[in-house]
Amino acid sequence: MQLIERSLGAIGAATLGFCTTIGRVILFALRATSHIFRPPFYGRELAQQLMQIGYFSLPVVGLTALFTGAALALQIYSGGARFNAEAVVPSIVAIGMVRELGPVLGGLMVAGRVASSIAAELGTMRVTEQIDALTTLSTNPMKYLVAPRLAAATLAMPVLVAVGDTIGIMGGYLVGTNRLGFNASAYVQNTTDFLQFQDIASGLAKAAVFGFIVALMGCYHGYNSGRGAAGVGRATINAVVSASVMILAANYILTEAFF
Amino acid sequence: MIDIKGVHKSFGAHHVLQGVNMKIAKGESMVIIGGSGTGKSVLLKCILGLETPDAGSILVYGQEADQGDRDAFLARFGMLFQGAALFDSLPVWQNVAFRLLRGAGKLSKTDARDLAVEKLRRVGLRADVADKFPAELSGGMQKRVGLARAIAADPEIIFFDEPTTGLDPIMSGVINELIREIVVEMGATAMTITHDMSSVRAIADKVAMLHDGAVQWSGPIAKLETSGNPYLDQFLHGRAEGPIEAVR
Ligand SMILES: Nc1ncnc2c1ncn2[C@@H]1O[C@H](COP(=O)(O)OP(=O)(O)O)[C@@H](O)[C@H]1O
Ligand SMILES: [Mg+2]
Repeated sequence: MQLIERSLGAIGAATLGFCTTIGRVILFALRATSHIFRPPFYGRELAQQLMQIGYFSLPVVGLTALFTGAALALQIYSGGARFNAEAVVPSIVAIGMVRELGPVLGGLMVAGRVASSIAAELGTMRVTEQIDALTTLSTNPMKYLVAPRLAAATLAMPVLVAVGDTIGIMGGYLVGTNRLGFNASAYVQNTTDFLQFQDIASGLAKAAVFGFIVALMGCYHGYNSGRGAAGVGRATINAVVSASVMILAANYILTEAFF
Repeated sequence: MIDIKGVHKSFGAHHVLQGVNMKIAKGESMVIIGGSGTGKSVLLKCILGLETPDAGSILVYGQEADQGDRDAFLARFGMLFQGAALFDSLPVWQNVAFRLLRGAGKLSKTDARDLAVEKLRRVGLRADVADKFPAELSGGMQKRVGLARAIAADPEIIFFDEPTTGLDPIMSGVINELIREIVVEMGATAMTITHDMSSVRAIADKVAMLHDGAVQWSGPIAKLETSGNPYLDQFLHGRAEGPIEAVR
């Protein structure tokens, strides 16, 4: 009896904790977003973050897309061969990359690279009282630290994914023409013929949402980091894990919405 | 001018402040002493509104920290943090001039830099430090950069959290004199936390001793030696025996 009571209590406490966290994250997101649109604006910080989050993530996202596109071409070929439908390779590679794999894999890679670095940076600033110091110098840390990161990630991610999509399709093209015996111009023709504007737009919209999620999780966990090096470590792990899970969950919801 | 009444602050089950009362008049230099972990830094953060007290009130010019215009409230203050809290992504001079480079009354880059170099000189740092990054400096130098940043905008009220910890005796003397100068010449109100009795004697108009979450003694510096307060005497003479338990 006592055991049941205690385990029910534990489940209840965990549920309450979970709900409080969700509430806190939503409030944090609303507060931070409102700062993006209200002056003063910190343009230099925004530019810096665009470099950090966008430009420096290009290699990671590009390489991920290249290998994914290449592998995808092989898989679709071997699957398509069972129905004598090898010819679908170019169009399915393109649609798969643009609608799903480009944004999701790009998002996950950026979650690993950017959510962790934001959480570690803001966490260290919290622990060493730099965030308190900002406040005493009449600078709102939400506006100066969080808003530029959110804006930069939301803007940069679609561009990153667009570049990634292109590279991924090129990976498929390289495998298709060199390994699977496709005719080069037919491959390109087939890719462009079947790709619709809606495929591209939905993929890029997903990317913007994923960018927002990555920066939000990095900022939230870093900003509320616990004390000491251990606190920053925990903040970093939580940022990456929660960003990744949220990206996958949001991906399903958005895919349903665009279906 | 700063009026602290019955302030309580706990972190979980840890009751740090348990009814702190303190009054600081305009232009006065108050020094807070007490063992480490007694909540001296937490008290300063409560005044600034960086931590919210669980109970009690803190009035600055008759105004609560969270009432009214927060920017105007904070613009009056300068604060040196215990760990310096320099922004490590910015060079030293931009740290010092941080407030002067943005907001109302913003200076041009060259003016702000000149002012930063001048403030650095006052805390005993040469101009070539200005372009270094905080991570390239020793702990004592970082502390002094933090001090320069705290005084850069000539605030009315300045908090110094252990300004001389980690400094050599000569540099401590320079900093003590500087703090005294700021209070006397600029008419600023200062609250200083320190463990260094030579600093207390050099800086203080009044002294308050914090222990067990409350002010155990406070009074003018002249009465420090003759207070007859057992807590204060134990602290002043560094005795292991007395009302303050040294856990071993
Ligand atoms: N944000 C916080 N969370 C939990 N405990 C804290 C926090 N800030 C301070 N404390 C605790 O409060 C006590 C007083 O801290 P502090 O004011 O820094 O002491 P000191 O008098 O040495 O400056 C310490 O035991 C510290 O661990
Ligand atoms: Mg302290």
